[in-house]
Amino acid sequence: MNLTLRIWRQSGPQDKGRMVTYQVDDVSPDMSFLEMLDVLNERLILAGEEPIAFDHDCREGICGMCGLMINGDAHGPQRGTTACQLHMRQFKDGDTIDIEPWRARAFPVIKDLVVNRGAFDKIIAAGGYITAPTGSAPEAHSVPVAKANADAAFESAACIGCGACVAACPNGSGMLFTAAKVTQLGLLPQGQPERHTRVIGMVDAHDEAGFGGCTNAGECTVVCPKGIPLTTIGRLNRDYLAASSKRGDTPGT
Amino acid sequence: MAVTGIFLVLFLIAHMLGNLKVFAGDASFNHYAHWLREIGAPILPNVWFLWIMRVGLLVAVLGHIWAATVLALRARAARPVRYAHRKKVRGSYAARTMRWGGVIILLFVIYHILDLTTGTLNPVGDPSRPYANVVADFAPARWYVTLFYTLAIVALGFHLRHGVFSALRSLGQQTPRGEQRARAVALVFAVALCAGYLLVPFAVLTGLVS
Repeated sequence: MNLTLRIWRQSGPQDKGRMVTYQVDDVSPDMSFLEMLDVLNERLILAGEEPIAFDHDCREGICGMCGLMINGDAHGPQRGTTACQLHMRQFKDGDTIDIEPWRARAFPVIKDLVVNRGAFDKIIAAGGYITAPTGSAPEAHSVPVAKANADAAFESAACIGCGACVAACPNGSGMLFTAAKVTQLGLLPQGQPERHTRVIGMVDAHDEAGFGGCTNAGECTVVCPKGIPLTTIGRLNRDYLAASSKRGDTPGT
Repeated sequence: MAVTGIFLVLFLIAHMLGNLKVFAGDASFNHYAHWLREIGAPILPNVWFLWIMRVGLLVAVLGHIWAATVLALRARAARPVRYAHRKKVRGSYAARTMRWGGVIILLFVIYHILDLTTGTLNPVGDPSRPYANVVADFAPARWYVTLFYTLAIVALGFHLRHGVFSALRSLGQQTPRGEQRARAVALVFAVALCAGYLLVPFAVLTGLVS
């Protein structure tokens, strides 16, 4: 396969950045998308040019590091798939492919296709945890969890924090990520002590980080490589309403 | 958005049911329209109820627009650099057109008040004969009024299709089966409301009401 790539190049956070066109020939349809970029980078290095910076780590779809806007699709055209698990057989010979970084104020570009997703860490730090006794893992059946709750919590726990939901959202909102964490912890008995402070804290941190507001447009769940359902946002909203009307665990009230 | 929207939706239901009185005939429709001015009497003086409703609606509309503006400004600020290659929103056509659809509906509401409340833009414009105003408004010769009315109502239908679902979600709808139900309710409600509002102009256009 011979492909034309238009890739966002930006030398650093201060650089304005631009789309640059590259020609990549002899691409195997069995290559992953990132392997195709590796091939391009090897050629760039041999030619004495600066290779394209992009995030990646496990390359098996579970770490959440990779994240590319491919032809306007977060993680590319295949649903439920991270960019590293996307294969070149999804494209045709002669295609032109646009590759851009996630675009959000809360995710500033560090270089080329690499963005800083530290805003997600701030949201987690504001409540995405439980009070658990440290030490050895407890016996699994010592705290019973209803099967339906366990399933829904597990579904949300599949979130890898890649940021595709933010990248695809027309409002630049990180609500699906926040809601996945709130749902996962709020459905389990271990998550109950901080349930209300968690949702308030995480939503406040989300807004402070400069993400947009959710309008239930539903783009996030379409591109989510882990298929986090939109219903998690309903769970977040319900917890938020309960928490803001009670504030039971706010000190001094 | 959800709370002000629900108030406006309740008004839309009442307004649509009132409109359908046009099929009960000239006298019945006029009597209904005049009764609206007297609701609450004798506890409330004449037209007081109407003015309370108007102020309530104005507050709801302004609150709705304010919330929408805040969301739109936040969305704009949240993505300072745009994508070079951007697909259209795939969630739904209704979700994609919420903001511009809302602007169209606002323009229509302004026209609608000037037309059938104050009578300024109405060919008859006689406040004592609302039935005659409606019939003159949608006369076949003024097809462009009917066309604009239809477009505005269809825009309202799309607005409600996403709006009702989104309001239910904002107020805590949280199960997958409930999501299907909420989407179905939103669709059925939007279609029913559109049909109810469009019956009147098309009945006038086809001569069923004259």
